[in-house]
Amino acid sequence: MNEAALQLMCVAAFLALAAASLAAGRRPHASAPLYLANAAIAATAFAVSVAALIGGRGPVLFDLPIGIPWIGAHFRADALSYFFLAVINFGAVAASLFAVGYGRQEREPHRILPFYPAFLAAMNLVLLADDAFTFLLSWEFMSLASFALVLAHHHDPENRRAAYVYLTMASFGTLALLFVFGLLAGPSGGYLFADIRSREFEAGLGGAVILLALLGAGSKAGLAPVHVWLPLAHPAAPSHVSALMSGVMTKVAVYAFIRIAFDLVGVSDWSIAAPVMLIGGATAVLGILHALMERDIKRLLAYSTIENIGVIFAMLGFAMAFQANGMATPAALAFVAALFHVANHSIFKGLLFFSAGSMLNATGVRDIEQMGGLIHRMRKLAPLFLIGCVAISALPPLNGFASEWLAFQAVLQSPELPQLGLKILAPMIGALLALAAALAAACFVRLYGVAFLGRPRGASAVEARDPDGWSLGAIAMMAALCVLFGLFPGVVVDAVAPVATLALGAPLAPQSGNQWLSIIPIDAAQSSYNPLLLFAFIAFSAILAAFVSRLSASHAYRRSPAWGCGFEPTGPQTQYSGASFSQPIRNTLGRIAFDAAESVDMPSPGDQRPATMKVRVRDLVWDAIYGRIATVINAISEKLNGLQFLTIRRYLSLVFATLVLLLLGLAAWS
Amino acid sequence: MVLTTQLMFQAFQMLLVLALAPLLTGVVRKVKARLTRRRGASIFQPYRDLFRLMRKEAVIADNASWIFRSAPYLIFAATWVAAALTPTFRTGLMFSWSADLIVIVALLGSARFILALAGMDVGTAFGGIGSSREMMIAAFAEPAMLLAVFTVALVAGSTELSSIAAFMTSDAVGLRVSLALALFALIMVAIAENARIPVDNPATHLELTMVHEAMVLEYSGRHLAMIEFASFLKLLLYASMIGAVFAPWGLAEDGAGVARNALGVMVYLGKLLGAAILLALFETATAKMRVFRVPDFLGAALMLGFLGALLLFAGGRF
Amino acid sequence: MQSTLALDIAHLLAGGLVLVSFMMLYQDRLFALLNMFALHALVLAASVAWQAYIQGAEHLYVTAAIALLFKAIIIPVALHRMIVRLGVHRDIETAIGVGQTMVAGMGLVALSMALMFNVTSEADPLVREDLAFSLSVVLLGLLVMVTRRNAVSQIVGFMSLENGLVLAATGAKGMPLVVEISVAFSVLVAFIVIGAFLFRIRERFDSVDVGALDEFRGDRR
Repeated sequence: MNEAALQLMCVAAFLALAAASLAAGRRPHASAPLYLANAAIAATAFAVSVAALIGGRGPVLFDLPIGIPWIGAHFRADALSYFFLAVINFGAVAASLFAVGYGRQEREPHRILPFYPAFLAAMNLVLLADDAFTFLLSWEFMSLASFALVLAHHHDPENRRAAYVYLTMASFGTLALLFVFGLLAGPSGGYLFADIRSREFEAGLGGAVILLALLGAGSKAGLAPVHVWLPLAHPAAPSHVSALMSGVMTKVAVYAFIRIAFDLVGVSDWSIAAPVMLIGGATAVLGILHALMERDIKRLLAYSTIENIGVIFAMLGFAMAFQANGMATPAALAFVAALFHVANHSIFKGLLFFSAGSMLNATGVRDIEQMGGLIHRMRKLAPLFLIGCVAISALPPLNGFASEWLAFQAVLQSPELPQLGLKILAPMIGALLALAAALAAACFVRLYGVAFLGRPRGASAVEARDPDGWSLGAIAMMAALCVLFGLFPGVVVDAVAPVATLALGAPLAPQSGNQWLSIIPIDAAQSSYNPLLLFAFIAFSAILAAFVSRLSASHAYRRSPAWGCGFEPTGPQTQYSGASFSQPIRNTLGRIAFDAAESVDMPSPGDQRPATMKVRVRDLVWDAIYGRIATVINAISEKLNGLQFLTIRRYLSLVFATLVLLLLGLAAWS
Repeated sequence: MVLTTQLMFQAFQMLLVLALAPLLTGVVRKVKARLTRRRGASIFQPYRDLFRLMRKEAVIADNASWIFRSAPYLIFAATWVAAALTPTFRTGLMFSWSADLIVIVALLGSARFILALAGMDVGTAFGGIGSSREMMIAAFAEPAMLLAVFTVALVAGSTELSSIAAFMTSDAVGLRVSLALALFALIMVAIAENARIPVDNPATHLELTMVHEAMVLEYSGRHLAMIEFASFLKLLLYASMIGAVFAPWGLAEDGAGVARNALGVMVYLGKLLGAAILLALFETATAKMRVFRVPDFLGAALMLGFLGALLLFAGGRF
Repeated sequence: MQSTLALDIAHLLAGGLVLVSFMMLYQDRLFALLNMFALHALVLAASVAWQAYIQGAEHLYVTAAIALLFKAIIIPVALHRMIVRLGVHRDIETAIGVGQTMVAGMGLVALSMALMFNVTSEADPLVREDLAFSLSVVLLGLLVMVTRRNAVSQIVGFMSLENGLVLAATGAKGMPLVVEISVAFSVLVAFIVIGAFLFRIRERFDSVDVGALDEFRGDRR
């Protein structure tokens, strides 16, 4: 019994659980044990994959005689899938534990419970698939299961629209992947991954396949400009599912891209790296700018997912550029940075979405402008959420910074690239990544500041209470990992070494032997980073400062109303709101990205009407691409509408014309 | 034995930056006053201010949470650690390898993150205005800073400040266009990050123009002292960083004797004095700009940094 | 005789010229633009003089002197007075935002790098880099002309463009003195013509915004 079979047994257990949930889902109090069962299965799968990853297990195969009769279904587990299996099943464990408590508030659990394990099973299957049919089938299964979950709260028309847009985009993505595998299999039709690997691809075909994969996988991951469904669909689902979709399902898409680009095709052409880098960088900045404008907390987090996916793809682009030029160490560095970020993002995005769900339950609103002052009411959640915010803003000493730092080190290697175009592109992408990181910090200061700090902005925020123990436990687990990965990045870098070996042929130098657990990607004289020591230093200095000020300074303090530059204490409405917080950025970068404009209507003195300020923000991507497509489709359907009202004779002549045309075509062909 | 000496040097540097930071600000203020034909306060006034603040009772707004109360210490600690890891009078400090240039910049980013949160904690309009503007400035400053760092790192082949300083003293450097551009970009970023004219005026409480002051408006007593101290340290940090990278002469090397290190300290003091005078001259000669002109200013820094990086990435000896 | 330091300084001055071109893009007031232009000419003069020194070519000193005298002193002063007489010194031009202009300028520099590195791949690397700088200055000068509405700043853009040509000529060690002097004089003539023309425009249309000219084209009614 090998690892692939063990993982498949977990998938089977998920599917059995889905069937059981279908039967038991309507019963009261069924959700907690069912979620616990989910957590147990996911934990098993997680343990198996981590053991295999750390233990450096090679590829193992497993075939099942199901599916298309003469082909069967092929499965394979190797380092790449172990890594992603670990990420996904860890996210699943956390989400299930969170849902044990969170699911109690669910009004219609039978709309979620059966699809949830099915969704988990589908994601696991995609990672295990070893032939094109199984892969696409699992991929579609994953899309449909998540579609059902997005539609769980179907009474809201917004959610129905989200589900519709999601389904459309998912079909589009699958179509692109269908072409990918069509091209990969070639005329001989070798749909097994092993056959595809053994084929030689000329540069043009390989490039086309990778670009199509970027489109197909990117539409699932949320790359601009095919990201539009993501901020609609992720928030529509219940929060633990949102966390899975944002933190985990996007990673399945990253896996698909890595599998196709690095493993199946192999990177040999540098020119294909440029669009990947560029799209990644642009996606990162666009995503976080959107997040900065957003006031719905779950949509904000979904947009931030787009940013992180952009960062990951930009790093993969760098890895491709280095790999195509035979620069093994920089390629491994960029690739490890991408994988590290994959793991990090799944952790802190899970944390943030769980917290968002708890906040939604506690206040009843998703609009952060209605929250405020939660730090006084959700006392236990507040520090955990802060850890998530610091981590995702790529600030030391937490985990987000560790991967960001590796990414910058990879960018610094790019002057060695021989192609001038890539050399010019590389610092640009570096600047875009830095911009995205700084904007992310702004975005999460805004989120935390508006939702948790200040005074309550709405009546609902006054009554907020901490979530239950299960939810808090899941959130605390994620927060602890943010800190641990941040302080011991070398462990993660070493753990993904086999993945880099598999995808690129060379790993990064092992980090475990370094002095004081620091990470040294290339050479000690070039760069090193030791978060543990840094953290110890900061903690020491902060405690010392506090201690000294306790000894020497007056420690008397007095509570009083806020001073506010001498203004009379005013109501909570005068606090800085989220919209005003993002105004400087909206007026600068937003003008370019969203064509943002403000118009102020200031009544003249003596006039009694209130002053108004209007802000216009346009989603240029939607207007330029999707709006146009919708217009064209509408126009065509308007035209075709006429076909419904023809006379019988006209219909007959249409049929006749078609027949003649087909015959003519046949004549011309043969 | 070697270990104790190294540890002593590291501890000495930590204390040195702590001791010098208020003095630097005092000198800048004094020179500015003299340039505008005022007598100005003594250069030791910042120390007195700090002691005065420490002795005072702290007033905390009703609504302030634990973030408000712990932020000053965290900001101070992060800035202090960053300043202690920047070469001042000697390279190759014991722990300098634990943070390279990128980490030092990011540490300051962490401090800024906490400060911006503290600004929003009380729930007044002023705190928010400061935080919002600070984050906007950071959003433009950080890419510019990073590109300048890239330029320097590429020339020196390292992001470690000690290695950069060692490289910059060697003959291999020469005069380079890209370094000049990076220097310009770095100075512009430093001006913005330290809330100096023309980006922000550290001596004003005029609500329409203030950024940094608006965030710390609610602070008093020992908390304010910590935050003030952190901003003194930040100015010192940028002065030593630019000094270490672009004027690395006189830095004592690792393993040098006591006399050499003493010389290093003297040269460092000279550099700080020079930086203070230049900053004061610049601040006196320029006018504060509108807040929405700041993105243009930092955009120019970004472009300079990018131009510098571009020249290097494109290859050749720039 | 050509030590690396000498070449480094030459490089630094050429790079400084690009930098000043960028600073010209950044200015939105006419007087500031003029000051920048004077600085531009000053850097050019220094650069040419330095080239004269390291190449040992005396005639380049003449070019440097011309640049210093005409472009750094006479023309800015004349333009300064002209602006005062036209009464446009408080005008702020915002044809395109500063940010977008800077990004465009960045792209132009990248373009000239890419172009010069590809086209002249067999030439001496130093010459290539100098040429890349000069091409950048020329393109940035054109950008100044394109993004400004005001005729005065268009003149300034044109002059800075010409500075780029001079830089290219001195770096390439080829252009004889006669050509340089004639170029300098043609620029001066162009300056005088445009200057005279400016006053005509203002008399006729009461504005130096070149947009006003469009309305008097025959084809637009």
